[in-house]
Amino acid sequence: MLGFLFQRVLQAAAVIVVMSVVVFIGVYAIGNPIDVMIDPAADQKLRAALIARYGLDQPLVVQYFYFAKNVLSGDLGESMVYRLPVMQLILSRFPATLELALSAMVIATVVGIPLGIWAGYRPDAMSSKVIMGLSVLGFSVPTFWVGLLLILAFAVEIGILPSGGRGTVGTLFGIPTSLATWDGIQHLILPALNLSLFKMGLLIRLTRAGMQEAMSADYVRFARAQGLGDGEVIFRHVLKNIAIPIVTVFGLEFGSTLAFAVVTETIFNWPGMGKLIIDSIITLDRPVMVAYLILVVFLFVVINLVVDLAYGQLDPRIRTRGAS
Amino acid sequence: MSALVVENLQTEFVTRAGTLRAVDGVSFSVEKGRILGLVGESGSGKSVTGYSILGLIEPPGRIAGGRVLLDGVDLIALKPGELRRMRGARVAMVFQDPMMTLNPVLTVGSQMAMAVRAHDKVSQRAALARARDALAVVGIPSPAERLEAYPHQLSGGMRQRVAIATALLHRPAVIIADEPTTALDVSIQGQILAEVRRLADETGTAFVWITHDLAVISSLADDLCVMYAGRVVERGPAAAVIAEPAHPYTAGLLASVPSLHEPGTPLPQIPGSAPSLGRLPAGCRFRDRCTRADAACTADPPAVAAGFDREVLCHHPLVRA
Ligand SMILES: Nc1ncnc2c1ncn2[C@@H]1O[C@H](COP(=O)(O)OP(=O)(O)OP(=O)(O)O)[C@@H](O)[C@H]1O
Ligand code: SF4
Ligand SMILES: [Mg+2]
Repeated sequence: MLGFLFQRVLQAAAVIVVMSVVVFIGVYAIGNPIDVMIDPAADQKLRAALIARYGLDQPLVVQYFYFAKNVLSGDLGESMVYRLPVMQLILSRFPATLELALSAMVIATVVGIPLGIWAGYRPDAMSSKVIMGLSVLGFSVPTFWVGLLLILAFAVEIGILPSGGRGTVGTLFGIPTSLATWDGIQHLILPALNLSLFKMGLLIRLTRAGMQEAMSADYVRFARAQGLGDGEVIFRHVLKNIAIPIVTVFGLEFGSTLAFAVVTETIFNWPGMGKLIIDSIITLDRPVMVAYLILVVFLFVVINLVVDLAYGQLDPRIRTRGAS
Repeated sequence: MSALVVENLQTEFVTRAGTLRAVDGVSFSVEKGRILGLVGESGSGKSVTGYSILGLIEPPGRIAGGRVLLDGVDLIALKPGELRRMRGARVAMVFQDPMMTLNPVLTVGSQMAMAVRAHDKVSQRAALARARDALAVVGIPSPAERLEAYPHQLSGGMRQRVAIATALLHRPAVIIADEPTTALDVSIQGQILAEVRRLADETGTAFVWITHDLAVISSLADDLCVMYAGRVVERGPAAAVIAEPAHPYTAGLLASVPSLHEPGTPLPQIPGSAPSLGRLPAGCRFRDRCTRADAACTADPPAVAAGFDREVLCHHPLVRA
């Protein structure tokens, strides 16, 4: 088990290094940030001073090594637009995105998995057909459109929920979150729901497919032959067997929600990382873009690591393979 | 009194090609402590008969008629909840493929304990103790350690013993074993058969042993039931049926078993192949392949044609009273 973990951590580190180079070079090739930052009429001296200040006169390799050294010491540079440390900037936005992504994942899981179980358990029932139809809508209708519909319906027409922005932030177990206040929760409901629909559709279909396959497996028939009821068969025999694809997709979706909640954050004016990255792309705020992309890579790598470890917990056959 | 009586059992599947009757009027009975061999070619309806007895037929399949009497109680007439309480407790089943019948992600102990607690409200600890004892009964060495094992850590023979031990947990009156040793090598198969014989004799459990291997069943079973295209074509004491088959199909099956055959002479095979359920010939279903067939065989053969120890579905049985 420890060997398995060590091997995975090494792999993860290698991925992060490679990605940091790719990201750094990719971003470097885009435009000249100095032109965006200063008045075109400014004199050459000011220009040269700024270029030197951000190290833009150095060769690419040198810039990367400075960058890597700073990253390792926790210093991701300074935003060219906000003139603030990038780390501080991203961390100030991260909680809002994390809370939105987590809420969306919880909604998708709590609704999607039970519906998928039902649809796989009774595939011919009318209710299952309705569920499957809705799940197709869930991941084929564009997010921005559903978002606008939600705002129209709940904020404009019925008027029971706010149309955007983050509500009052309180503290829960010492963590600042909008889940701590009723106003915060009201602000969170629509964007979280909007963000969850795609994942919900995916989880429903995945769970149903797994259920249908598992229910005709020999071990299920054998469990029934022992007199186990359907509930026990599903919750104690089947779920653990179909959990691996569900956990995989859950992990990937969680990662991409954290990284790319842009559309929803924009529609609902949610002050998260998605808005920050869009702004930094528009203004060519390179340190923010680089740091953000590396953070995304890091998040994906960590989530994948957790998912891999979960596999071992779920399937003893993987566990022994990893240990040997 | 018979532990299990199956009367005129009919099971059908609704498919696009129409309704297929996979089991068409099957009847037999098994006494306490006896072993009934249910034999026949692939597709003859042996497994469907077994599943029907336990009420494990899933849509689009259904039991269209007949009775399954367990100690006089008709299982087919029971409500789903009542039937569930009988399964595993009074009648149990073991399947063909030991690689697939155990849940790969649960330990042997937790699966068996679940089976114990499906019927008896005992603690997990007590359930595990019973599971351990059942493993010992089927000859598994160091059973307490095996409880911790996952199925993939056990050999095929061990897994099948675990399945049989699971079936034994509640000392059911009847165990249906669907080709449980087909996937195993010959020596392991021999050990398990000996174990089953001992269990039947010592505990009084009645077995229905499904197989297409006549060589195996001839040494194990007390009685034989030969199925063809969803019907029982011959039924009687195993030794008598093997020594003197009355149905031409039974005779053909026996002649094609290598170990029961005179060495040095060519092994005869039954010509043709089993008819598909959608295209059964009228009258005797075996008549396309039978050397004794004549005009009379286009009519359904009588249910009892030989008036001795046998029941034969044939107009022209090879032996008569
Ligand atoms: N779910 C099903 N739907 C449609 N037909 C089925 C179904 N299950 C079984 N059958 C049909 O029932 C017939 C009997 O099948 P069964 O599995 O009982 O045969 P068997 O005697 O056990 O054969 P084998 O030795 O191969 O296990 C076959 O023709 C099969 O195609
Ligand atoms: S009834 Fe006729 S065709 Fe059928 S087995 Fe007997 S002799 Fe052969
Ligand atoms: Mg079968």
